[in-house]
Amino acid sequence: MIEVKNLTKKFGVLIAVDNISFSVRRGEIFGFLGPNGAGKSTTISMLATLLKPDSGQAIINGFDVNLERNQVRKSIGLVFQDSSLDDRLTAAENLYFHADLYGVDKKIFKERLSEVLKLVDLCDRRDHIVKTFSGGMKRRLEIARGLIHYPLVMFLDEPTIGLDPQTRFNIWEYVLKLRQEKNMTIFMTTHYLNEAEYCGRIAIIDQGKIVALDTPANLKKLVGGDIITMAAVNLAKLKFEIESKFNLKTKTQDAKLIIETTDGDKFLPRLFNELEEKIQSVELRKPTLDDVFLNLTGKKIRAEEASNKDIMKQTIVMGR
Amino acid sequence: MNELRAIYTIWKRESIRYVRDKARIFSTLLQPLMFLVIFGAGLGSTLNKGNFGIDFIKFMYPGIIAMNVMGIAFFSTISTVWDREFGFLKEILVAPISRTSIVMGKIFGAVTVASIQALLLLVLAPFIGIQLHILIIFKLFLFMILLALAIAGLGLLIATLMKTTESFGIIMQVLIFPMFFLSGAFFPLTNVPLWMTVLSRFNPLTYGVDGMRQIILNGIPVDPMGYLE
Repeated sequence: MIEVKNLTKKFGVLIAVDNISFSVRRGEIFGFLGPNGAGKSTTISMLATLLKPDSGQAIINGFDVNLERNQVRKSIGLVFQDSSLDDRLTAAENLYFHADLYGVDKKIFKERLSEVLKLVDLCDRRDHIVKTFSGGMKRRLEIARGLIHYPLVMFLDEPTIGLDPQTRFNIWEYVLKLRQEKNMTIFMTTHYLNEAEYCGRIAIIDQGKIVALDTPANLKKLVGGDIITMAAVNLAKLKFEIESKFNLKTKTQDAKLIIETTDGDKFLPRLFNELEEKIQSVELRKPTLDDVFLNLTGKKIRAEEASNKDIMKQTIVMGR
Repeated sequence: MNELRAIYTIWKRESIRYVRDKARIFSTLLQPLMFLVIFGAGLGSTLNKGNFGIDFIKFMYPGIIAMNVMGIAFFSTISTVWDREFGFLKEILVAPISRTSIVMGKIFGAVTVASIQALLLLVLAPFIGIQLHILIIFKLFLFMILLALAIAGLGLLIATLMKTTESFGIIMQVLIFPMFFLSGAFFPLTNVPLWMTVLSRFNPLTYGVDGMRQIILNGIPVDPMGYLE
């Protein structure tokens, strides 16, 4: 469904996407996980033919994004990071506009209109002006719009950014329903780690490069097992003691000592028995994708929050 | 076929947005009225039967219509800048349609808005003492469309280069006022300095005003360009 080979995009000296290759199967939910500015939106823009790659190739549904732009566009649906609805039109008018541009037959449109509105729970808002919608409703309408021409591949660029947890959860329900009902391929980007877990496979992207690509479960195995976080009065002493007594590697972060070990639940009692240094608090947990990211890139994914990157992204998309 | 539908779709959206924006309709109708009333009353008494060979307000009326067509056609292309700012342009740009269709749809939208609005101004004609035959109205309408096409093309060219509505607004102000004043809408361009003559020849609106004036005042037994001494 999606075949990407050595895709590269540069903006001046900045290499936004650096020679990436991957492929996505039909019906798969494929996630791009990475901090802001990692190259996620740039990749989507290239796959959606909004941005020309500097080198490399991408085939979507059998069409080359460089050579068969219109066919690619016809076969994909897109939900942008920031709203792209006309808020002076009604929900139905927005959908109608889209259907017209994509050449959907008028009769077919009527059926699909109620179908997609039902899918995103906006039937009763059909003829309301979009301006009156909440953020979550707008996003849902955008998803509905992306579906109206029955795309084979759906691109979701940060579909849940800026939404409250309840709405985020709902949108995920719709996305999962979509995949099930339409066997649609879904390509999405996110920097919410818990959301990445919905994906079949995840590519972790950092500074334009894919640093890992696997199922969420396999990625978590990259972390050396369970994670124990400890706080102590004398962290340095504790660190020394653990490293010498248990022969474990430790990391210090936010004034806490972190160790990774297999079978953490069995290790904890041993730790308490043998340790002389006093511990103030201790936490044992299973690895998350955040740990995977930390492991692979040496930094936390949420550390770099939204900055002028969003503005840059917009200029990129509109520049063409 | 598909491209025609795309042009129609984009045109339709422009039209719907225009109809919904009551404040815009009102203000764009008010502006020419203001010009007619204030300039007509203010300058009319001084200039009347001067070297126009015709009531000043009658002289000005076709120019005001042309000016209105131009102002609206130009201003309507701001929708492209709006679309860019509010993100809707992405939805259009990523659709499987050609760039030409987008431009055509946008221009036709501006032309429709401008010529319909200008037609409304024709209602004023009897109050100014100008009789308009149905044939004249038809000719006028065709000419309005032509003028609006030219100006909307220019406006869209500028709009595509602008990133924000503010910058578009500034460029529009900078361009529109000289174009108004150097078009012959307010005074005949017969006894003006050479530099003004030269500039007005480069001004697309000059030809618009001239055309309107010839069509509207053709039936009236006066020199339409005010060449009388």
